[in-house]
Amino acid sequence: MIRLDNVTKVYKRGARPALDGVSVEVERGDFVFLVGSSGSGKSTFLKLIVREERPTGGEVYVAGRQLSKLSAWRVPHLRREIGAVFQDFRLLPNKTVYQNVAFALQVIGKSRHHIQSTVPEMLELVGLSGKERRMPHELSGGEQQRVAIARAFVNHPPILLCDEPTGNLDPGTSVGIMRLLDRINRTGTTVLMATHDDEIVDQMRKRVIELRGGQLVRDQDRGVYGLERV
Amino acid sequence: MRLQFILGEVFHGLRRNGTMALSVVLVTFVSLMFVGAAALTQMQINQLKDDWYGKVEISIFLCPENSRNEQCVEGAVTLEQEDAIRGVLEQGSLQGMVDEVYYESREQAYEKFVANDSDGIWSSLTPDQMQPSFRVKLADPEQYQVVADATEGLPGVDVVRDQREIFSELFRFLNAATVVAAALAAVMLMAAMLLITTTIRLSALSRRRETQIMRMVGSSRSLIQMPFMLEGAVAATAGAALAVGGLYFGVRYLIEDWLKGSVTWVRYIGAADVWTVAPWLLVIAVGLAAIASLVTLGRYTRA
Repeated sequence: MIRLDNVTKVYKRGARPALDGVSVEVERGDFVFLVGSSGSGKSTFLKLIVREERPTGGEVYVAGRQLSKLSAWRVPHLRREIGAVFQDFRLLPNKTVYQNVAFALQVIGKSRHHIQSTVPEMLELVGLSGKERRMPHELSGGEQQRVAIARAFVNHPPILLCDEPTGNLDPGTSVGIMRLLDRINRTGTTVLMATHDDEIVDQMRKRVIELRGGQLVRDQDRGVYGLERV
Repeated sequence: MRLQFILGEVFHGLRRNGTMALSVVLVTFVSLMFVGAAALTQMQINQLKDDWYGKVEISIFLCPENSRNEQCVEGAVTLEQEDAIRGVLEQGSLQGMVDEVYYESREQAYEKFVANDSDGIWSSLTPDQMQPSFRVKLADPEQYQVVADATEGLPGVDVVRDQREIFSELFRFLNAATVVAAALAAVMLMAAMLLITTTIRLSALSRRRETQIMRMVGSSRSLIQMPFMLEGAVAATAGAALAVGGLYFGVRYLIEDWLKGSVTWVRYIGAADVWTVAPWLLVIAVGLAAIASLVTLGRYTRA
């Protein structure tokens, strides 16, 4: 589903590469944690997948596409196959819960009918039925992240990228979010989650990819957060 | 769905940036007023030229008695000389260029003169002191120089005058007015474009969250950029519409209702001519907005 082939990314000429010869493959339906300290290259990894950045060397393949050969006007089609969730939720503060989720469908040209039938379904999946008309600031952090997940998944993309989705949440709430992501993964969606949260990684026992200084230092099935804790 | 979405975004954008949008409207309004006024002035000039040049004559003044003019040292024009001049005008190479020739004698010139001199200031003049002349009407008024060259210097000819000289000063003034209006228009159009650029930029910045999410979920670049482009275009078009309205009422009340009644010997442009200019003003407005969008949007809503 996602394959990086000897990928290098250098932002400024002469600077230390953000990613250095990384090769990794994520299969359809995998749940993968991407771990590493700040500056290890996690964000660059995710940006390359949605083609917000382009690699300096190597090849990136996503959902059967070779991204170096993808023309600029096809990039939106790539992004429709990737849902994205962020630490800071990125909801529109002046739109209701329902409107926030519907927005993602509106702007890719879905019909009103399709939106009206899909959005409530999705809100039910993330456990927000009955809160359609709330504004984001009326919700707890966990609920806001559920809205963001609903928005990312409402178009049923085959890939879900999560950048520190529990970074702003307390441990109890985080568990709820992880259950939700696990449920989404069970529908066959590939989930790639960058995180610092060792407890979650240790609990979930999923595949772990670790980056350090831009290099892949670990790729382990059913792994834990830190090597030293195995 | 998309159309509704775009129009909704445009509406919200214009409302959110109300004062900016209004300033764009006003600046395009004023600048296009100048553009339109310059165009209408040129139309008026062409109309005057068509009307007047057809009517004007060339006057070939013949030597009077006691002239100090170098041409006329041999005294007043003789009958033979007059016949020779008439011959040149009516036959030979000038044939076809000359439409009509008529001779104004001293007496006729005197009568005309006295008729215009109602105060009697020049009553001491006698017909002998007047200058006889040939009045030549040209088939093509632009051929003035050829006729002048052919007749100037013939024995008995004092000076050759083209009546167009009387108008040339007026036309020069009107042309200068056009240049001034066009220059002001250029400056104002520049200001309009910068304002549209700023408006679009502000709008794009204030909606960065939305555009960021739109990019993230994969909406097309055109859908992301369209609302901003339309915002500029709508404001500029409103300005153009106001300019057309301003020109229409200006021509209607200043020229048709006022000048036409008081200065009647000129055929003026009318309100209908404004409609000839109007499409061009709209094209300029939309083009302006398009250029401003292209300059701005690439930077602020990259895909």
